[in-house]
Amino acid sequence: MTRSFPVLLALVLATGIAALSFETDGFRVVTSAGARQLSVERAPQIVPNAGLIDQDGTPFTLGAYRGRAVLVDFIYTRCPTICGVLGDDFAHVLQAIAPRQSGAPVDLLSISFDPTDGRQALRLYGERFGAKAPCWRIAAPADAQTRAALLRSFGVVVIPDGMGGFTHNDAVYVIDARGRLARILDRDAPGQLVSAALKVAAP
Amino acid sequence: MSTRRLLIAACGFWLVLWLPPARSALESDMALHMALQMPLLIVLGVLLAAAARHDEPRWLASADWLGIPGIVAVVLGTSFWMLPLALDQAIADFRFDLVKFLTLPILVGMPLGLSWRRMPPLGRAFIWANFIPKLGAVGGLYLGAPTRLCAYYRIDQQELAGWTLIAVAIALGITWFIAAFIGWTPSCAQQASRHSAEGAGRQRAFGGASAA
Repeated sequence: MTRSFPVLLALVLATGIAALSFETDGFRVVTSAGARQLSVERAPQIVPNAGLIDQDGTPFTLGAYRGRAVLVDFIYTRCPTICGVLGDDFAHVLQAIAPRQSGAPVDLLSISFDPTDGRQALRLYGERFGAKAPCWRIAAPADAQTRAALLRSFGVVVIPDGMGGFTHNDAVYVIDARGRLARILDRDAPGQLVSAALKVAAP
Repeated sequence: MSTRRLLIAACGFWLVLWLPPARSALESDMALHMALQMPLLIVLGVLLAAAARHDEPRWLASADWLGIPGIVAVVLGTSFWMLPLALDQAIADFRFDLVKFLTLPILVGMPLGLSWRRMPPLGRAFIWANFIPKLGAVGGLYLGAPTRLCAYYRIDQQELAGWTLIAVAIALGITWFIAAFIGWTPSCAQQASRHSAEGAGRQRAFGGASAA
């Protein structure tokens, strides 16, 4: 053994552990979804003022929600699985917050990332869950560029599911009254969604 | 093979893996990404180590006492590239993928090739005994996870990757078991036959001596 042995070992250990710690945000996350969740919580991020068209064919922008909190999910109307659950969750949230105040401070927005979703498809998806604009809009991005920018800024990855459909993030994204992406919520307990939405809307 | 030829072959191999057809094909599936592309990149580094062994600086050889710093680099490097987060980033950003393409051969494969020969047999056994269950455990984790761990891979791909890692762990386990208990690996077999030949020769010599 030479004196350079402990130096080399320390160097290897320090570099390796620093890289692992940097990558996992101090050993707290191992998935990209987890990393994104943590970074948004730490520093809310501005989302683009994207142009969208809702189920009634009415154009609007994300910026129009300023002053109100919005819960956003990403769906495609042909989705046989997860989007139905997301729809049920939002229906539950709507029921829970509607009686609390006239004009709930929280709006719901389901954005379709499927270019083949026309107005008719959006309307039918909305009817399935009792969604009515403007409280709960089912909307499609105005164009392909907007769609790409939206997915990028929210950190949504859509991949083909090998059966003609898509596999995609199933989180609920909370935009606060200042138009910033402030929280990313796991889709499991709808009760949590309600309380988180009211918390972001209230401050 | 000469050092120079080995070096050229390694560079060509690297380039083929890096160019879009092979890269996107191997990264389109989680099992291929983890159980084929990454091991190939590590093998590349081991080849480089074989080419560079005679040119290894003396200070490195002495600082890498019993191969300990080298094998620590291997363990840390492979742990890093097993993170689902790292897989996602490698697919999303080609610069991050380039980091993978450089670190796996240089910081994992080369240390493995250089340090392995310096390690005592029990040290090698320790590494095997750690690596095999770890591989199986990661595979089991992928199988048992209720959600997708990678944004770029479907749940069925994740399951296949899990089964693949478990299969590799079992195959390595059986190979290592045979090597450890029966010693039936080419190098060991050669050593054993050489040993017995020497022994026989010595015996003859002794026999001859006693007869005289």
